[in-house]
Amino acid sequence: MTGFDLRRSLRWGSIAGAVMVFTCAVGLFEAFEDRLLVYPFLSLGHVLLLWFLPLAGYQATNEPVLEGMEAPSKGLHNVVAGLVAGLAGGIVMGVFTVVVDALDVRDVFVRLSVRLVDLLTHGWGVPGGLVLIVAVPALLGMAGGMLHLVSASARRRLILALEWALVVALLEQVFSQVLRQIRLGAVGDIIFTRRALEWWAALAVAALVALLSERARGGVGRIRGYLFAADAARRTRNSIWSALAVLAFLIVLPQLLGSLLSELLANVGLFLLMGLGLNIVVGLAGMLDLGYVAFFAVGAYTVGVLTSPISPRFDLEWSWWAALPVAILMSVVAGVLVGTPVIRMRGDYLAIVTLGFGEIVRILFLSDWLAPTFGGAQGVRNVPGIPVGVAEIRGSQPVGVLYFAFGLVLVAAWVSWALQESRLGRAWTAIREDETVAAAMGINVVRAKLNAFIVGAILAGLGGALFAAKVGSIFPSSFELLVSIIVLVVVIVGGMGNIPGVAVGAVLLIGVLGGPTQPGLLAEFAEFKLLIYGALLVFMMLRKPEGLLPSVRRSRELRGEELSQDAWLDRPSGDVEVDARLAGG
Amino acid sequence: MDTFLWIVRVGAIILLIWGVAGTVVQGLSGQGPTGEAWRDLVVAGIAQGAMYGLIALGYSMVYGVLGFINFAHGEVFMSGGMVGFFVANYLWEVRLWETNFVLAILLVLLSSILTSTLVAVIVERIAYRPLRASPRLIPLITSIGISFFLQYTFAGLFGVAVKNYPPPPDSLRSRVSLLGLEIEGSKLLVIVVAVATMVGLYLFVEKTRTGRSIRAVAEDKEIAALMGIDVNRTIVATFAVGGAMAGVAGTLWALLFRGVSFITGFLPGIKAFTAAVLGGIGNLPGAMAGGVLLGLFEGVGPQLVLAGFGIPGVSQLKDVVAFTALVLVLIFKPTGLFGERLSAEDRA
Repeated sequence: MTGFDLRRSLRWGSIAGAVMVFTCAVGLFEAFEDRLLVYPFLSLGHVLLLWFLPLAGYQATNEPVLEGMEAPSKGLHNVVAGLVAGLAGGIVMGVFTVVVDALDVRDVFVRLSVRLVDLLTHGWGVPGGLVLIVAVPALLGMAGGMLHLVSASARRRLILALEWALVVALLEQVFSQVLRQIRLGAVGDIIFTRRALEWWAALAVAALVALLSERARGGVGRIRGYLFAADAARRTRNSIWSALAVLAFLIVLPQLLGSLLSELLANVGLFLLMGLGLNIVVGLAGMLDLGYVAFFAVGAYTVGVLTSPISPRFDLEWSWWAALPVAILMSVVAGVLVGTPVIRMRGDYLAIVTLGFGEIVRILFLSDWLAPTFGGAQGVRNVPGIPVGVAEIRGSQPVGVLYFAFGLVLVAAWVSWALQESRLGRAWTAIREDETVAAAMGINVVRAKLNAFIVGAILAGLGGALFAAKVGSIFPSSFELLVSIIVLVVVIVGGMGNIPGVAVGAVLLIGVLGGPTQPGLLAEFAEFKLLIYGALLVFMMLRKPEGLLPSVRRSRELRGEELSQDAWLDRPSGDVEVDARLAGG
Repeated sequence: MDTFLWIVRVGAIILLIWGVAGTVVQGLSGQGPTGEAWRDLVVAGIAQGAMYGLIALGYSMVYGVLGFINFAHGEVFMSGGMVGFFVANYLWEVRLWETNFVLAILLVLLSSILTSTLVAVIVERIAYRPLRASPRLIPLITSIGISFFLQYTFAGLFGVAVKNYPPPPDSLRSRVSLLGLEIEGSKLLVIVVAVATMVGLYLFVEKTRTGRSIRAVAEDKEIAALMGIDVNRTIVATFAVGGAMAGVAGTLWALLFRGVSFITGFLPGIKAFTAAVLGGIGNLPGAMAGGVLLGLFEGVGPQLVLAGFGIPGVSQLKDVVAFTALVLVLIFKPTGLFGERLSAEDRA
């Protein structure tokens, strides 16, 4: 049989098996077994356990079609390969179940319990349930193989439809809340049962998405055409209109969300603010700053110490607005102090040293030595909110915090954008691409980099000031290295160097998964949040280092593409494509 | 800018002298730690530093060969200590731990080495190999991701509780006299094992065929490949050897502190990297010496320098001392105290 490669199938099958065993062993499956997605039969645990199988079944015969060669014919061999891969995965899983059932390893592997075997076999016990454990993966693998048989566009629609059905089920909270706010709560009650989407509603969502997907693609294309119009004057006008549209959307949004979701979105705003700052340092100037949390801490502590009525040392009780300039000033000082020594270092040393600075700052805030000023482990409490007119913005009114955070984010986004387009922004780009050449062109490399550090520090300090007023009490434990890492993941997942990208990253990660201490929409993931963050970081670096919404220039650098003289010189005469690509860059 | 660095340099030296002088004055007036307390701090510092040194070797070797900081190396170390705990616990239950401690600790050591080696090699295969040609910050960011992924994988697999190794036999807890110095037995064992491992590694790298190919690949990958060296295999060997060293360090950690948890790897990892830089990255004896020096700074530094300023709770600030050492070394001597050994392309 042509095209059927047993070793390839087995390899993908065993990877799928490993994924399933991993999901069980770290406890993901068991933890989400109770959370139904599609009522009454599909749980989140099962999705997490089985999602890889169709992919493995598909990959079992997915070979690149080389130019000038005929595409291999589709047929039975695709299905067989998928089936074999799924079967292999199922057998791995079966062996695993038998082993867990026979040996009592709970003392070592805490998640491999009797309950796990029960859940895996659906209560049928070991010999009986094994049929299920092998058959379901085999069928899913086969389904993956069958995907080869339909056309590419049908495949895309099918996958999109499935994804959307799952997303709607997963984000049940958002959908039912929004439905309730627009007085359609009854609809939510009908389509959702026990936080899960009814099976017929899932089918309806999938069908709707499948029908509309082509039209939506056209819509996206039109929006893109509108935003990136060739004519510069029109582009400016269009982007002003779209900015106004975004603004209007942001003003209406909190009214639709209710206070719980506004709280989540306020966290998104906070991290977006910091993400925009780190984006300047990492994305524009190309310095990997792992101690970004230090500036956040400085901003928060400055505001806390100056405004709190029970501040350990001072008795100032300033208003937030009075403390803000001081907080920003302190952030600038911290930025200069940290930035000056590290700027000339190699990129990777810079990362570790900034990390060291971040830890130093946290330990100092925690220490007995500075406790008379910063309260040590007790921190600074009773930080008042932000007075705006007669109202006061504080954590207990998330809608207010949300509007305020949006306001700051808009300012930060505007500043980022203006800097990016400025002389300084071009200097950063030049430095990032080739420091030596940039210096030779007359750019003051050290000063430009220090400026990036300072702007980043200001935005983080602003974030800290907002954070202090929002949560009302500041502890050193809020300023762990984790904060830096999570902001970094936000920037990287969204797309380094691209402002809308950072926004997408913040919404997806902070909003859905949650921040270092803040819960996200999927609060049940809390225990596995950092596992997912780590995996996501690795996945992005391996597959999409430029992020979900990349900036064009940055993505080329990250992929190591040298689209310059070499490509131009090597082109065969009359090669229009290379010229077009060069022009597009 | 340079003026700023000069101010930092002079300021650091003045503060250092001031602090030490303050401590000496306190000592002369009868306050502060006694001579024996100082000796214990020094010994503890060296023992811990020897362990840092072993971890540092992994950072140094990987940096020498691939030119990036393997941030997840601390987790490689933790994985060894973690799995070693379960072996030790089993041996305790079957009473081998008490009856034949030497055999028991050898088994623990072996399991720890195997685990760490395996983890290091798997991580290389899955995460780092596809990124060989990427700009150098990409594998660094990847390794940060791996680091968190491994931490929380281990938390998921084995639970988040701190796992305490069974207590070592009395002979290790009592003090041993060595060259007129009384040293706690377990610390002496740690130092001896670390030195023996280091000598073994040095011989391996200098005398064996694999060791020679590691050095050749560190010097220049392309030319090494032209000379018939299998670069992929050599890189795997580098990760394996670095992992094995971290595995040894995992057992030594258990001997020193007994408690292991999923976040155990983070701080020692960063500090070991500091040690590697301190000794000159890529320089293996330098990494070991850097480790011992850092352990000393950290063990003695807070008492010696900070206490002189009358700062309360100086032992809380031991990590600050370690990180400050890192910052100062990278500012003033980024090539390390004993010189870095890197190929021209990695230095860029």
